[in-house]
Amino acid sequence: MPSLKDLKNRIESVKSTRKITKAMQMVAAAKLRRAQEAAEEARPYAKRFNAVMAGLAASVGGSDSAPKLLRGTGSDQVQLLVVLTAERGLCGGFNSNIAKMARLKATELKAQGKTVKILTVGKKGRDQLKRDFENDFVGHVDLSEIKRLGYSNAQDIARDILNRFDAGEFDVATIFYSEFVNVVTQIPTAQQIIPASYDAAEEAEGGAVYDYEPSEEAILADLLPRGVATQIFSALLENGASEQGARMSAMDNATRNAGDMIDKLTIEFNRSRQAVITNELIEIISGAEAL
Amino acid sequence: MADTMQFDLVSPERSLASLQATAVQIPGAEGDMTAMPNHAPLITTLRPGVLKVESPEGTSEYVVTGGFAELGSEGLSVLAEKAIPVTEMTRAHLDDMIATARAAHDTAKENQHHTLVDDAAKLLADMEALGTHMSL
Repeated sequence: MPSLKDLKNRIESVKSTRKITKAMQMVAAAKLRRAQEAAEEARPYAKRFNAVMAGLAASVGGSDSAPKLLRGTGSDQVQLLVVLTAERGLCGGFNSNIAKMARLKATELKAQGKTVKILTVGKKGRDQLKRDFENDFVGHVDLSEIKRLGYSNAQDIARDILNRFDAGEFDVATIFYSEFVNVVTQIPTAQQIIPASYDAAEEAEGGAVYDYEPSEEAILADLLPRGVATQIFSALLENGASEQGARMSAMDNATRNAGDMIDKLTIEFNRSRQAVITNELIEIISGAEAL
Repeated sequence: MADTMQFDLVSPERSLASLQATAVQIPGAEGDMTAMPNHAPLITTLRPGVLKVESPEGTSEYVVTGGFAELGSEGLSVLAEKAIPVTEMTRAHLDDMIATARAAHDTAKENQHHTLVDDAAKLLADMEALGTHMSL
């Protein structure tokens, strides 16, 4: 049975925890709004880009002269998994869900006898995957110093991946990130970026026949690397919004739990206080009776 | 006949302009061109240069680099990796861009990749020409 003083200390400490989680929730809410805005502003670019690429890919894609980035290397032996996670924790299952998905995929690929290479972006993903796949890591991108994600960050990551592709280090690249639906729902997603797969359904309506300047092949060769950067950029932005959303609901839960705990502890505190008083009274009365 | 067309300028980070334009001068990879309403459908890549938009409300200019322009039946959309309004363009921006281009040039040279060296050299030259053109 904890003493009255212990209970009082417990209540105080839970109260300050509640203050912290409440503050984190509010910070996450403010950041979420900004992250959502950034994600929305980036959407028109990605949408137009994919529409044009789909058109180009449909007309050039089938031929043997198509660039390697579109056609693939003709093999899927070496797989690169690019795992995008957050730099910080305390955001519910956000990081774990992405890491879990990547882990399942890696295990599945290994069971099929494929070679798996892992590139992590964000500290948390690296920490979680390190135990199982330490020998498969080929690199890590640290974004902890960056306050506001820009397109250039995505470009740097894309350049790194493309250099590895040119050097023949892998055949297929897949990115893992979390798609933002709303504050309580984020869906871990895997998307293959190399060889590029553009959905023909996104093709621009009307089916107008475009003139290409320079040639279709040259444009495609110019745009495919940019496509990788664009996809990584939108994944990073989705991830950013998801992270803040997940943190917000996690901190909301934590704040509520702390409130419940305070209520419970307060009741316990009052009961023990009453018990102490009753005890003292009994002692006084029985003392008086004995006289 | 419609005398204006929808013009959109978007960069990966945000949408910069969306307006009705009468004519747009595009720095295409194979030379400048001016797009006017009812132009035949066309897709061209961009070289670093100045994009000039003429609309009934006046003209505006943007420095663009890396990306492409799509001329379709519904209008013109320019997707540029970097787009900065000319009024906000400073020497520092340009220096930054030139430094990036130069770095790309150097790595290409190291790797002995001939087509890449040519491309990077062209990009660098374009950037410098852009600076002279804008008298920065």
